[in-house]
Amino acid sequence: MCTDCGCGAGEAKIEGDGHAPSHRHADGTVHSHAHAHDEHEHAHAHLGASAVGTDMPGTLARRMLRVEEDILSKNNAYADANRRLWADRGIFAVNLVSSPGAGKTTLLVRSIEKLKGRLPLAVIEGDQQTSNDAERIRATGAAAIQINTVTGCHLDAHMVGHAFERMHVPDGALLFIENVGNLVCPAEFDLGEAHKVVILSVAEGEDKPLKYANMFAAADVMVLAKIDLLPYVQFDVGKCVEYARRVNPKIEVLQLSSTSGAGMDGWLDWLDRNASAAGASC
Amino acid sequence: MHEMSLAQGVLQIIEDHAMKERFTRVTSVWLEIGALSGVEPEAMRFCFDAVMRGTVAQGAKLEIIDVPGSGWCMQCGETVALPQRDSACPRCQGYQIQPTRGMEMRVKELEVG
Repeated sequence: MCTDCGCGAGEAKIEGDGHAPSHRHADGTVHSHAHAHDEHEHAHAHLGASAVGTDMPGTLARRMLRVEEDILSKNNAYADANRRLWADRGIFAVNLVSSPGAGKTTLLVRSIEKLKGRLPLAVIEGDQQTSNDAERIRATGAAAIQINTVTGCHLDAHMVGHAFERMHVPDGALLFIENVGNLVCPAEFDLGEAHKVVILSVAEGEDKPLKYANMFAAADVMVLAKIDLLPYVQFDVGKCVEYARRVNPKIEVLQLSSTSGAGMDGWLDWLDRNASAAGASC
Repeated sequence: MHEMSLAQGVLQIIEDHAMKERFTRVTSVWLEIGALSGVEPEAMRFCFDAVMRGTVAQGAKLEIIDVPGSGWCMQCGETVALPQRDSACPRCQGYQIQPTRGMEMRVKELEVG
């Protein structure tokens, strides 16, 4: 993993990566960057050889150093930069999180079909492998770019910032970020989005808000998806909503089916309302 | 694994400070981990050792300072203990609680030399 430039997962690949520059450190380790350094403006702190792996016993006495720094401070700084950039350009960003198979991509495809022509749309797709999801999105006509996190279990603000730079997203756009399917890690990583939306399908357990409390606590909205399946599954909607409010009293709840179209208007209204508030428009 | 990324974050902070403060070895690391942060201390210890290998903090001792969770109960109008995200208010048994403490994931101090 890349500790040189602050990449949370140094193996991550963004579609269109021309090459993976590599360099050798003084200690002999060779490491690659998943991005071309001349294409972005993030400040990268490269460690000098003296900082790591050099042994100079006895030159300094042991001492205590007060740090008081949040473990996620680097990610949060990149997230703040993304948020400022998007706010300046009237771009409304939504970070979609769920377990694998909850229906994030299908919801996106249906949403894009409905919103197309009303405002500019762009999608950043995150998966460990394949660009299948980005291809599904591009088939709708919307711009999409795929990030493959390889072994990484979440998107971080640094990779999302790079992916965004490559996309030529118009001002006033609605930017969907589809995170890696995982209800644990993406909870902790702010990407700079305006809202985190957690999608829970009724084919899953209604107690997921209790099992993965941090994710439901971090989200502003819970979308209960696949409600067309309710007659066939044991899923108590009332209990699920109660559990979600237990860990997040302010969470907004929407229910829909991407397949039947039920409840889609509520979701599109939510997007419209919040996108307009953020300045996104045609 | 979530703690692996967090251990990477700890290493980044250590390496930044190593460059600024010009130290070449870290012997102890103090982390503050809140009860509501979602960090599993044992998993963090395991990942910490793995991530620090071959770095300035190889073999450093990890000290975890537990921070208990608490929150503001909207019904009682006061701060109450919140051992977990889904804990009920010990006074009114309600769940209208906004966490105020216990989300910490922080590198507090380093012993360097």
